[in-house]
Amino acid sequence: MAVSGVPAGFELRRMWTDERARSALFQVLVVLGLALLVAFFVSNTMANLQARGLEPGFGFFGDTAFFDINQKLIDYSSQSTFGRALVVGLLNTLLVSALGIISATVIGFTAGVLRLSNNWLVGRLITVYVEFTRNVPVLLQIIFWWSVLTGLPKVADSLSIGGALFLNNRGVRMPAPILENGFGWVVIFFALGVVATFFVGRWAHRRHMATGLPFPMLWVGLGLLILPALIVFIVSGQPLDWDMPERTRFNYRGGFNVTPELVALWWALSTYTGSFISEIVRAGILSVSKGQTEAAHALGLRPRLTMRKIIIPQALRVIIPPLTSQYLNLTKNSSLAIAIGYQDFVSIGNTVLNQSGQAIEVVGIWMVVYLSLSLATSAFMNWYNSHIALVDR
Amino acid sequence: MRSIKYLAAALVASATIGGASVGHAATLDDVRAAGILKCGINTGLPGFAYTDDAGNWTGFDVAFCKAVAAAALGDGNKVQYVNLTGANRFPALASGEIDVLSRNTTWTFSRDVDLGFTFVGVNYYDGQGFIGRKSLGIKSAKDLDGASVCIQTGTTTELNLADFFRVNKMTYEPVPIETNEEARVAYLAERCDVYTTDASGLAATKTTFENADDHMVFPEIISKEPLGPLVRQGDDQWADIARWTLNALINAEQYGVTQANVGRMMSGTDNPEVNRMLGNEGSLGAMLGLEKDWAVNVIKSVGNYGEIFERFLGTNTALGLKRGQNALYTQGGLLYAPPMR
Repeated sequence: MAVSGVPAGFELRRMWTDERARSALFQVLVVLGLALLVAFFVSNTMANLQARGLEPGFGFFGDTAFFDINQKLIDYSSQSTFGRALVVGLLNTLLVSALGIISATVIGFTAGVLRLSNNWLVGRLITVYVEFTRNVPVLLQIIFWWSVLTGLPKVADSLSIGGALFLNNRGVRMPAPILENGFGWVVIFFALGVVATFFVGRWAHRRHMATGLPFPMLWVGLGLLILPALIVFIVSGQPLDWDMPERTRFNYRGGFNVTPELVALWWALSTYTGSFISEIVRAGILSVSKGQTEAAHALGLRPRLTMRKIIIPQALRVIIPPLTSQYLNLTKNSSLAIAIGYQDFVSIGNTVLNQSGQAIEVVGIWMVVYLSLSLATSAFMNWYNSHIALVDR
Repeated sequence: MRSIKYLAAALVASATIGGASVGHAATLDDVRAAGILKCGINTGLPGFAYTDDAGNWTGFDVAFCKAVAAAALGDGNKVQYVNLTGANRFPALASGEIDVLSRNTTWTFSRDVDLGFTFVGVNYYDGQGFIGRKSLGIKSAKDLDGASVCIQTGTTTELNLADFFRVNKMTYEPVPIETNEEARVAYLAERCDVYTTDASGLAATKTTFENADDHMVFPEIISKEPLGPLVRQGDDQWADIARWTLNALINAEQYGVTQANVGRMMSGTDNPEVNRMLGNEGSLGAMLGLEKDWAVNVIKSVGNYGEIFERFLGTNTALGLKRGQNALYTQGGLLYAPPMR
């Protein structure tokens, strides 16, 4: 940059007095120092690992794990590898994070709007919810909800809903669908419905913009999604069976079980993050000037439509950036799962670390995975933010 | 949570001060310079590591910490206890957070060879069992098909459990738990039907139940669990000190050296083995780099193996464990310490 060409009459002294040269010099020194520090850490770690006879590397991924996991979204047994165990853990983390983000958003938006309500009781109730949940450490809330859920009726006294769904302190046991031959067609027609809904929606939006005529998109969309798939389902002889839960000596067997650990973690993260989101939403809505509401009312828009069409779109610009931070927090807080034994990425990583002894590698993977998850979430939210940004016309 | 803290400590230690204290041969010098022994123990297991009425850590595993401190520093009370879970005990030892780990840890091939530790012997021969409610109406662990099982993560019992159910073609729902205390809570809340850990741990945990008679330990012992103290690999002198402290405790029982009579016996007996151990003949202490009367300090501090066992685990305690396999070989048990010469 500054030292592209040595000017005539160059003197070393001028390196110091020339501001650009000086700043370049300092930057080079800082980078060099940083590189040396990193090199020192790496070589020292390697030397210490070797001194202790530990072999750094990721070869242990292929070794047999020999331990079991209770919640697995993919096939896994104690004969699977450490690598697969980590993937099972990662999927469990993604599951609870995704569920948490969805419900926290719903809770947050609802609470944020309701807190501004003119109804005294509703406003106060939401205030109590927000102040309580966001001021109590989330770890305590997770343990609290886990205690509540394990205090549910024992297996022998399970609450039964229609003889198909069973609720007890080991979770919710529900029938699991078994897809039979021919169900593929139902899926195909559902997918076609999704595509059709998308195009009809686009057409309706254009027509609305051009002519101002409204279109009952909700009902048409639902019809397009469900009807073709339903007709195919009936015509092809209902190719779907249910794996019903069945009482055994200890537990219910069969069907699908949602563990109290998952529910406790999910619910605690949702309500905790939801309270922060509600404050963000409230701030966003209050940031839209009152003139906008008054103008909308003057045009004859009803309050609900004003909120949906005028306030929220403008408020979103204020809401999205801090909302991203909340999504990242929720994902990272899901690692508190270890406190109640939900087998997330950290929990399983911990077991892998302990059974294989590869501490540095596992901690490295933890960091890389959470960093990637956070960066991916940020990237998506930034894209969405720029998508909804006000366009200057 | 704790495990994360120790992992961080392990990482930092291995990356920074590592060169100074880890993998470095003279643990004895470090311990002497610090004037205190850092000893890793359980987060709480009746009989093995628990706090007494005055809030001091005590128990079978804690006694070994005191014995090593007495050997190395001449004072059994110069111990700093570090409470560790099943999952964070190894990083803590590997990183130099502790000097010796005395936390009902099973001696296995991979831990000894692959993880870079040295087991100095066996101080409790154990095996894995199951505890369940009598109201379940089952008599054997082989009837556990479909049960929910509470299990401490990061332990050998976790692996044995998976093997046991796989070999017997049974299914189960593992309920992973970090510490014995959490397992107790989950088991009593009937989150799981049975809790599995070392039989000694089951006996210990059962003593804390309100209605202990409603629960039973199933007869099956599904594994070998030789429990013993361990140190980092690579410091033979330190490993020898820990190993011979344990051997001295066992030999002391065999030759009738007790906390009460060691003061008298150290001035000379008819038994040359005892004389060598207590520093009256020969120079065993110097060979270890310790004082002449190291073993005297050990026994003065905690008594011999039999005394320790009876004090914390024996039939007169709440645990009420019989000596069984843990009796001296002369009494039909497995304890057999090499001669001190």
